Formats: sequence, structure tokens, C-alpha cells
Amino acid sequence: MQINSTALKKIIIRKLGVITVYSTTNYSPGKRQNFFIHAFKEHWQLYLMLLLPIIWYVVFLYVPMYGIQIAFRDYMPSSGFLGSEFVGIKHFQRFFESFYFGRVLKNTLSINFYSLVIGFPIPVIFALLLNEIKYNRYKKLIQNITYLPHFLSAVVIVSVLQLILSPDNGVLNMILSSIGMEQKNFLAVPSYFQHIYVWSGIWENMGWDAIMYIAALSAVDPALYEAATIDGASRFQKIRHVSIPCIMGTIIIMLLLRCGSIMNIGYEKILLMQNSLNMDASDVISTYVYRSGILGAEYSFASAVGLFNSVCNFALLIFANTMAKRFGKTSLW
Amino acid sequence: MAKYRNTIGDTSGDKVFLAGVMVVSTLILCIVIYPLLYVLSASFSSGDAVMNGRVYLFPVEPSVEGYKMVFEDQNILTGFKNSLIYTFLGTMINMVMTTLIAFPLSRKKLPGRQAIMFIVTFTMFFSGGLIPTFLVVEKLKMVDTVWAMVVPTAISTFNLIIMKTYFENSIPEELGESAALDGCNNFRFLLSIVLPLSKPILAVLVLYYAVGHWNQYFNALIYLRSNERISLQLALRNILLANQISSGGSDSGGFGEVAKVGLTVKYAVIIVSSIPVMILYPFIQKYFVKGVMIGAIKG
Repeated sequence: MQINSTALKKIIIRKLGVITVYSTTNYSPGKRQNFFIHAFKEHWQLYLMLLLPIIWYVVFLYVPMYGIQIAFRDYMPSSGFLGSEFVGIKHFQRFFESFYFGRVLKNTLSINFYSLVIGFPIPVIFALLLNEIKYNRYKKLIQNITYLPHFLSAVVIVSVLQLILSPDNGVLNMILSSIGMEQKNFLAVPSYFQHIYVWSGIWENMGWDAIMYIAALSAVDPALYEAATIDGASRFQKIRHVSIPCIMGTIIIMLLLRCGSIMNIGYEKILLMQNSLNMDASDVISTYVYRSGILGAEYSFASAVGLFNSVCNFALLIFANTMAKRFGKTSLW
Repeated sequence: MAKYRNTIGDTSGDKVFLAGVMVVSTLILCIVIYPLLYVLSASFSSGDAVMNGRVYLFPVEPSVEGYKMVFEDQNILTGFKNSLIYTFLGTMINMVMTTLIAFPLSRKKLPGRQAIMFIVTFTMFFSGGLIPTFLVVEKLKMVDTVWAMVVPTAISTFNLIIMKTYFENSIPEELGESAALDGCNNFRFLLSIVLPLSKPILAVLVLYYAVGHWNQYFNALIYLRSNERISLQLALRNILLANQISSGGSDSGGFGEVAKVGLTVKYAVIIVSSIPVMILYPFIQKYFVKGVMIGAIKG
């Protein structure tokens, strides 16, 4: 009897829960207070699920965002984010006046610009090329092999680079010397650094970056190609007048998104490729933050440098998004 | 009499063009695959042959000397073990946390969904940066523990959006309603209906997360201090980059015995560290494109 009544109660509550689902849909919007209580009663399970991830977001992403203020303070580990002395823009001034400012800014921009100019069109061309291959199995093979380097770690990529480019016994120098050219220590020459960085990046990501375009190309209506064939278009003309215009939307969006991250270089690969000899060409904002903040423990100064970078990034992203809205008829948010 | 064809054949110009396409694509294939093959061959060659640069494509004087030395190196063994732990634990935390947030956010009737979505996506465009994040992790006393490797990376917003989009597109709202009428609560709905229906996307995300953990080295570099916590990528870096010119006094440098380690060991180490990813690769490879495409749809 006891058990039965609790079970009955549960069923009633459940059914009521279901009924309230429908009752809120025409709930009067005037009573906000009640609305929240109702929403919570109905969806408490979903809110419960959200609890842990939201706490995580706050602790690991929003607390650091709040902690950015140490860029304007002299951070003391003992006194925390808020307790440290406020010093205004001292750290920014020091950064802008330092010898490193010009160097890291120039390197960050030039490496990114280089990889944009070279690294952006290559996946597009690669996708167009793949689209022309008639043998499906060969196409699949190429695709799968070119995706592969994307899954190797930065340490492995840089190690492979160093072994292959090694001045003593690297295979590239062996080939160079066998055709009578002079051997070089490629990674120690600043003027080679950007080429090595960008082209190894292309080797790594060409296949992966092409996925979007390959998918866009496979969505092109075959009737367009047929019509072009009947009109006597050659293969090249079909690429020029059918394929490219059809994926232009995708290209523009990807390009604008890429422009939004022109101040952004990840830490991993560049940090591994850096050495004292190529520092002139390889020192970028992110490695400078790492060096002064983590290794030098100048937390406030490094935060200021990092904040400068984030703000530039954010501004560029908003600019790119506005452009995307205007020309690509799409946007990020 | 000429046979009637209802297709238009390639002109001779087109044939040249297609031949060109085949040549160029084969060339690209060779360029991409050569460094990988070279490393593989060098790892199976004798140290002498590699040293004198006699290896070009195939192993010269085949030997497994390099691999023997790899498996005798204490740091690599510890790193391998630790990386397995970080990857396994980290991926589990990733999947649980990502599901816990992606599922509620995919329910269109949840009040406050837009606001939470904004909070989440905003972090993709603006973040506290390296130093404040490091300080938070340090304050939480996570430095030099397993947790530093798995908790700060618990959710990737990008993967979360992929999962949420998949839920929205493949689990109709009506399914939830009818389950609710049958007395199924949200937890049960998630576990017995939504997740079994989402296997492809779960596979993709497991791959993304697991590869991310396995290849992770920067977090290990800044958060791990002691030798017994070292991750494989960190051990690799110490061995591989040891006799490179020291990078501006920036790091603790390599280990003492590294200088003695032969050249083939380096190649063998690269292969050994890439093996787990390469084993996973063929199984989940068919889901890749799907994952990327879902991610591309606006969240």
C-alpha cells in the first residue's frame, strides 16, 4: 500500500511535468519571476547536467579573463589578481618601447601573411585537382595519405624536419652534395626559417584543409558540367567557369576567417623550431609571452603582451566577420 | 560503321590536361609520403648507414637496434605509460563533459540556452591568454599533477559545437517528447536514446580528443615538472631536440645520456610515438569528413 502510493505520486509528478511542458508555451510573459521558477522546475535535469561544464567554463576560461587585469598591475602571487598594486599601462609602455616589440610584431605578421598567401590557395588548388581525378580509388588514396600528417604531433613534425635538414647527415644535404651543391645548416639560417615553417605547415595541413573545398565541389550540380560539355567547354574551362564560381562562397568565407587570425601563431611548432641562431626570424608574440611569462616569471608584463595580442586578434576577427557578412552573406555569429 | 555514343568524349586537349592532373597529383603524393617513408626506413637501418647518409628510400643494413634502445630508455617508457594515462583519462573527461553541455544546449526549448551558448562561443574568440590561465591552474594546485593535463582542456568549444549541431540535426525534438510521455527522464533519454543514435559523432570526437591528448606537449611543458610525470611528447622533445643548438637558454635542456643516443634511435622514437595514432587512424578515418562538415555548419 505504502509503495503503491509513492509510485502513484511519482507517476502523477511525472505526468504533471509533462503537462507543464505544454502549459509554459502559452505562459504570460508578464510574470518573469514565475517564468524562471517554472523553467527550472521543468528542466532541472538539463540544468543539473549543465552545472559541471558551466563551472568549468567559469573557472578555466572566465576567471583567467578576469585575471587579465594583472596586465595593469604588478602581480604578486601572494596577493592574487585583485590585491596587487595598480600600475596602469606601465607594462604596455615597456613592451612598446622594448627592442623586442618591432621584432616579434614583424615576425608574427610576416609569417602569418606568408602562410596566408601561400597556404591559402594551395588547398583550394589541391581540391580542384582531386576533383578532376576520375579514378575514385586513387583519389581516396591521395586523400587519406595527405590527411595523415595532420595527425602527427608538433614534436614529431619538427623532429622529422630537423633530421631531414640536419647539416651533418640530413637527407636533403646528402642530395644537395651529391649534385654538387653546398651543404647548409638550414635551421640555423634566419632567412630560411619562414620558408621552412610555412612549407612544412603546408605539407602538414594541405590535405586536411582541402576537405571543405572537396565537400563543396562534390555538391556542385552535375548538370552544370554537362551543359558546359555540350557547349564545348574544355576541362580547364569547366574548372574556371563552373567549379570555381560554385565554391567561391566557401573560399571567401574561409579566406575571411583566416584573415581574422593573422596575429595568431600557436606556440607548439614555432617554439620547437626556435634556436638561438634563427631567433631573429623566429621570435613571435606567443613565444615572447612564453619566454617572459613562464620562464622569466614576469607575469604582469607577459599578460600585457598577451592581452595586446588578444585584442588585436579580436579586432581583426570582428573586422573579418563584418566583411563576411557584407560579401559572403554569412557570419560567425 | 562508327559505334554510336551518347557521351561526348574528351578532346585531345582534355587528355593532355588529365594526364597533367595525374602527374601533378602523383607528384604531390610522393612529396607528402617521402618524409614519412624516409623516417620509417631510417628507423630500420643501421646507425652507421644513417650517419653516413646512405639511406634514401629503403632501409640499408636492416636492423632493429634503434627500437631496442628505445625500449630500454627509462624516460620513454615512463612517458609512454603516462601519455596512455593522460590520453585515456583525458578523453573520458572530455567526452563526459562535452556531452553534459552539448545535450542540454541542443534542446531548443531550454530557457537560457541562447545566453549559455553566447558564454560558450565567446571563449572561442577571446580568452584570458597563457599567463592568467597558467596562474589559475597553479592556484588550484594542479601543477605537476595528472589533473593539469586533463582538467584545463576538459572541453573544446569547437568539438562541443560539433556535437550540439549533430544532436540538433539528427535527434528530432519529437523523439524527446514521446520519450517523456513514456515516462523517460532526461538522463535516461540521453543515455539510452541520444547517445546510441550518435555513435558516428562520438567516434569522431573521441578521435579528435584522444589525438589531441596524445600529441599534447605544450601543456606538459608548462605544467609538468618532475621526471616521473613526463609525457611521451616531452620525453621525445628532450631526446630529439637535445643536441640542437640550445634555444636561447629557454628551457631545461635535454638529459645527460642523450648525447650518447644514436641517430637511429631518434627515427625509431618518432615511429614508436606515432604508432598509437596510426593504429586508430584507419578505423575512424571514414568519419573524418563528416566531423569536419558538421563543424562547419554554424552552431
